[in-house]
Amino acid sequence: MNFDPRFSGRKFASVGTRPIRPDGIDKVTGRARYGADFNMAGQLVGRILRSPHAHAKILKIDTSKAEKLAGVKAVITAADLPDLTDGDAAMYDVLDNCMARSKALYDGHAVAAVAAVDASTARQALKLIQVAYELLPHVTDVDEAMKHTAPLINDTIFTEGLEEKPVKPSNVTKRSQFGHGDVHQGFGHADFIVERSFKTEQTHQGYIEPHACVANVSSDGTADLWVCTQGHFVYRQHCAQLLGLEASKLRVTSSEIGGGFGGKTHVWAEPVALALSRKAGRPVKLVMTRDEVFRASGPTSATSIDVKIGARKDGTITAAEATLRYSSGPYAGTWAEIGAMTAFACYKLDNVKTVGYEVLVNRPKTAAYRAPSAPMAAFAVESAVDELAKELGMDPVEFRIKNAAQEGTRSSYGPVYGPIGIGPTLEAAKTHPHMKAPLGKNQGRGMACGFWFNFGGQTCTDLNIGMDGSVSLAVGTVDVGGSRASLSLVAAEELGIAYEQVKAVVADTSSLGYNDMTDGSRGTFSSSMATISAARNAIKILRDRAAQMWDIPVDDVVWENGHAIAKGEKYGNLAALSLKEIAAASGKTGGPIAGHSELVADGAGVSFATHICDIEVDPETGAARVIRYTVIQDAGKAVHPTYVEGQYQGGAAQGIGWALNEEYIYGKDGRLQNAGFLDYRIPVCSDLPMIDTQILEIPNPNHPYGVRGVGETSIVPPLAAIANAMSNAAGVRMTHIPMSPPRVLAAIEAEREGRA
Amino acid sequence: MRYIRPLSIEDAVGLLAGASGTSAILAGGSDLLVRMKGGFVEPDLIVDIKAIAGLSEIRETADGFSIGAAVPCAVLGENSALKKAWPGVVEAAKLIGSKQVQGRCTITGNLCNASPAADSVPALVAAGAKAVVAGPSGKRTIAVEAVPIGPGKTSLSKGEIIEAILLDSQAPRSGDAYLRFIPRTEMDIAVVSAGVNLTIDEHGVITAARVALGAAAPTVLLVAEAAEALIGRKLDEAALERLAKVCAGACRPIDDKRGTIEFRRKVAGVLARRAATTAYARAGGK
Repeated sequence: MNFDPRFSGRKFASVGTRPIRPDGIDKVTGRARYGADFNMAGQLVGRILRSPHAHAKILKIDTSKAEKLAGVKAVITAADLPDLTDGDAAMYDVLDNCMARSKALYDGHAVAAVAAVDASTARQALKLIQVAYELLPHVTDVDEAMKHTAPLINDTIFTEGLEEKPVKPSNVTKRSQFGHGDVHQGFGHADFIVERSFKTEQTHQGYIEPHACVANVSSDGTADLWVCTQGHFVYRQHCAQLLGLEASKLRVTSSEIGGGFGGKTHVWAEPVALALSRKAGRPVKLVMTRDEVFRASGPTSATSIDVKIGARKDGTITAAEATLRYSSGPYAGTWAEIGAMTAFACYKLDNVKTVGYEVLVNRPKTAAYRAPSAPMAAFAVESAVDELAKELGMDPVEFRIKNAAQEGTRSSYGPVYGPIGIGPTLEAAKTHPHMKAPLGKNQGRGMACGFWFNFGGQTCTDLNIGMDGSVSLAVGTVDVGGSRASLSLVAAEELGIAYEQVKAVVADTSSLGYNDMTDGSRGTFSSSMATISAARNAIKILRDRAAQMWDIPVDDVVWENGHAIAKGEKYGNLAALSLKEIAAASGKTGGPIAGHSELVADGAGVSFATHICDIEVDPETGAARVIRYTVIQDAGKAVHPTYVEGQYQGGAAQGIGWALNEEYIYGKDGRLQNAGFLDYRIPVCSDLPMIDTQILEIPNPNHPYGVRGVGETSIVPPLAAIANAMSNAAGVRMTHIPMSPPRVLAAIEAEREGRA
Repeated sequence: MRYIRPLSIEDAVGLLAGASGTSAILAGGSDLLVRMKGGFVEPDLIVDIKAIAGLSEIRETADGFSIGAAVPCAVLGENSALKKAWPGVVEAAKLIGSKQVQGRCTITGNLCNASPAADSVPALVAAGAKAVVAGPSGKRTIAVEAVPIGPGKTSLSKGEIIEAILLDSQAPRSGDAYLRFIPRTEMDIAVVSAGVNLTIDEHGVITAARVALGAAAPTVLLVAEAAEALIGRKLDEAALERLAKVCAGACRPIDDKRGTIEFRRKVAGVLARRAATTAYARAGGK
């Protein structure tokens, strides 16, 4: 198909405009169907029994009483989900997490499930299941879990990545290291060194829609799953593997999604719903409660990070080093590794070293959360950078500009950068009116930078042209942020037609080839590439059909502004044929017109942002309020600028919640204390200021339109920007996220007493 | 589960007194329904009191105000006479939950839920409010601070219902105020709170005061020493300092997910100071 993905620098007609989204009216009127809105005839209600213990051996599960309860149609335990993972350790962890096999590894770990005719019968049945546990010592804190004296969560795990193979098992599953140069030598050349330790508490993505699905397994070995997910193809693969189904016989349809942010990239309840349906012989609907979402889905890591940065008097950083410890729940992860890769990615460094430790704890399995692992690393690094600028007597923006990575810089994690946006976002911050706005009493300003890799991946798209000339676009990447609108703009752009003529849908797994999930900020980047490719393939056919209609060679037909045009003076009397005219004649010229595309979208351009934050703190209570916030980020090319701004604002809003109040609070008993939105405090509308945005467009050379992913980078700088603002407002460096009022007040009082 | 909507208080009392299993009273339902939905309670009998004559009304009496047990908090905010007389009580009622919750929830329910963090209760205690209790052996009137006896527990006996909350007419040169601390701006529960009601003479000297603290002990605290710290003085810096110190000392808070002991003590003092300043200004003090 010879698709050329290189940036072409074309002029745009549709891309860059701001039409309303195709899913908008249904969403605001309540007509849109989310995970829990799907129902099937004869469906049962599924409910899951969860461990109340942080760490316990499961001695026996007696389901006999529950099975005898009238209205109960199936009761399952791990025995009903036999191990079919065939040595795939990561999939075994997924299986064990869906239904505990021999040990409950966290408060909320599923141990059994029921399907019954209604919710109250199902709830009653759960109470009749008797589980005999042998309690084991637990550990929930990342630093505590690393100690030699900590209870072992999995005694078959020996730390990977050490020079010598360890002889004793450990809660540290892996050590990873990145960097180049010689940091020891680099610190030797520094005039100023800042060294500090930081902690961040565990947070949840906080999507408003809980996990929900309806599973229907037929006795002929086929199955349907309707589910709220960020990646129905991935869910199909995982569910098919865990259930022993052929992937092609399991059709997964993704619903509208009420937020995912990385948290809906992983199966939890879906294999359980399928196993219940298989056993009961009826459809099963399973909707997690908010309590279950907090206790048993996939929050982000809690972290403990040490940072050391040295600089010469002139502001040149001579060396930078960080040790990052990330909790991964009770199963191995690579979260610290990602943190170690991103930590210093904004800077041009001769000597840099980062070390990551993946740490098991008795908490739910860590899942991705919007630029996973990067916000915590940025919090630690950007706080230290800010402090170092102060020690040097340099403006924090100037200090960053002096050390910013640029095209040709070897990144701290290895690759050499192409054209990138860190310098331009900093220059834009420097001249932004926000930087010069006056501050009042008890107010402080902070800024910080952030980086995210972005991802491309496997993508498959169909573009079908109807006989009336309207275009339907079937994509396989779930629309989490307006991608149906942006992809329709891209199809309209390529075909030269109006946006309104295109209707994009997210197709189910039986209608398209495999698509990676919507993660890594890939939705618009990769599916726009596939849409461009599919549209160009359709245009080839449109030209061919026009050539037939005119009875001239296809090489003499070009496509311009939505029309086939006969090229050359000899065709001067041939009027251009519109897409609509060609479509209307398609039945007689060879049948339906369609363009298909399957590709691996390589070359996702890295993304950078700079954020500026003003905060006001009440020195008597520690309460803080963000009063002004500005996001400056490189989008490569903003296909639909409104939804790009939405991503910028959304990341900042989640970052504000994380920075100020959100945290998992565990009791001494290892149980989660705040599994609900009352005491897990995401910001409400009145907690947030208007969030200003500035879109920069530094084209990605690896995309025809220059597009970069924009969804995740916006959550990377906020923790640090807000901490820097808070440190300026409160007069004390804040090193523990969230900066909740009790923590801020305690820091202010300690500083006051220290000075007195 | 039986749901009954009686038309008289006598019928409601009779139903509750005669109930054999667990029973619950439903007014706004903003606590009960949430707990039922969460699977924490499954009452055998629910008595909905909203159809009982008079329970959904605010009446102005010779002595002041009688607020029916089924009056939603939002309605308190629409009663200008009540707002003028007891701005602190109305502010407190309008801090509960969210706008939507305020359209359902009641101050009587807030009181009977017996949470130490209930927003309207410290304001009612500071205001010297009373509760009219109907029961199998007739009616009695008690101080609101006598209703909660511990988290989730009240002094009411089987079959008893609070049918109204009584507030006196506010004395001349008086003012009340309520403040709470929450980490968010709304839709939250008090980490600690303070209600102050005071009366001054022509010279601005405080002649009467009631100070109540919320979320500072197992029940709302009426802090007599705090009132003593104010009475006989103008609200100057020294009086405020002393008030804050006494309030911080009177707290018997706990460390929990919402705040630490140390934090609650300090902020109780800060809020009492700020509430007293507002109440003093409302009383006409300068």
